[in-house]
Amino acid sequence: MKGALTPRDAADMIADGASLMIAGFMGVGSPHRLIDALVARNARELTVIANDTARPGFGIGKLISAGAVRHVITSHIGLNPETQAGMIEGSITVELVPQGTLVERIRAGGMGLGGVLTPTGLGTEVEEGKRIIEVEGNHFLLETPLRADFSLLAAGQADYVGNLAYSLTAHNFNPVMALAADTVIAEAESIVPVGVIPPDAVKTPSVLVDHLLLRAC
Amino acid sequence: MDTKELIARRVAQEILPGMLVNLGIGLPSMVANYVPAERGVFFQAENGVIGLGARPPEGMEDPNLTDAGGGFVSAVPGAASIDSAMSFGLIRGGHLDMTVLGGLEVDESGHLANWKVPGKMVPGMGGAMDLVTGAARVVVAMQHSARGKSKIVRKCSLPLTALRRVDMVVTDLAVIVPSPAGLILRERAPGVSIEAIREATEAALVVPDEVPEMGFDA
Repeated sequence: MKGALTPRDAADMIADGASLMIAGFMGVGSPHRLIDALVARNARELTVIANDTARPGFGIGKLISAGAVRHVITSHIGLNPETQAGMIEGSITVELVPQGTLVERIRAGGMGLGGVLTPTGLGTEVEEGKRIIEVEGNHFLLETPLRADFSLLAAGQADYVGNLAYSLTAHNFNPVMALAADTVIAEAESIVPVGVIPPDAVKTPSVLVDHLLLRAC
Repeated sequence: MDTKELIARRVAQEILPGMLVNLGIGLPSMVANYVPAERGVFFQAENGVIGLGARPPEGMEDPNLTDAGGGFVSAVPGAASIDSAMSFGLIRGGHLDMTVLGGLEVDESGHLANWKVPGKMVPGMGGAMDLVTGAARVVVAMQHSARGKSKIVRKCSLPLTALRRVDMVVTDLAVIVPSPAGLILRERAPGVSIEAIREATEAALVVPDEVPEMGFDA
């Protein structure tokens, strides 16, 4: 790990126009303090790669409400009418990706793979413009890797070298996004001394984490 | 019994001991209410838990334990928390025994459309395309008609969720099983005639000699 940051330092590192992977599922397991700091610094023209855009005024929904987002790659915007309205009026472009494909594209980007072959989306709108590849008589869509400038993660516990452990349904996209960006910033509900998180409980090893947010208070 | 309860109770009969089952948001989620705990079924929520339990009493919720709609849930003994890659590996990899989803249209080929109404509603497919592609069994739970219009149609006019033929459709009027020979009418809702079902259905139905009423003894 390169060092700890205040939320404001982190938001200052993230330039307008940057691409961000933001973990979370309807705001659960999302880095809320990082999101608040991006809104506070009036970030603009962001590309956001995330499972969903949560709901207005919550989680990633705060970035949408603030007009910080230009492009979204996501599986679901159904619970955020502001994302849908932005898409219709043209202020936000949205690429919809099946959820299982989204996580695999991120995994491919993070794990050095040239893409993934999936049957999901065959024969639907998702197939348009993509290569279909036959393997042993079965057909698959070739889905390309995704990477971003930053991954913004949320953990239940971190230690001071940057190991991360997650709680229950707050895992979601965190472990896979930890591999798929040039710079990885994590915030944690608690930061504990090195050695307190048992090695078997570490889901994201510290070598993947560039910066940890300083504790809230 | 109202029509949603009727559908949920009939779908619950399809869930066998030991299955891993994913229930969609809305009507499908009601199915869990009619699956007895002793059946030993694990429910998966695709946001990352196997062994989804009921909503906890107020004040006992954990903000890090929710279902795919973001609602608070509990976890049953034997539950496991998983990340999204594992969750969709289970779904796509054939490890999920059954998924129950809502539908906008099902057609004579057994194709389902349930994620988009162009120009009106574009919520995104979420996990639906993976679920319909990968689950061992796909059951659609929905009202037979919406605003007087049959949702069982000759050919889907809305964008498809997958090419896969769904395995069963349970509505407030009927149980229908799509097959290579077309949509087979398997059961009638209590007190509903074959004629009434035909009347309410745009698609052609294959009607066997015997079409029993749904049974709700248990």
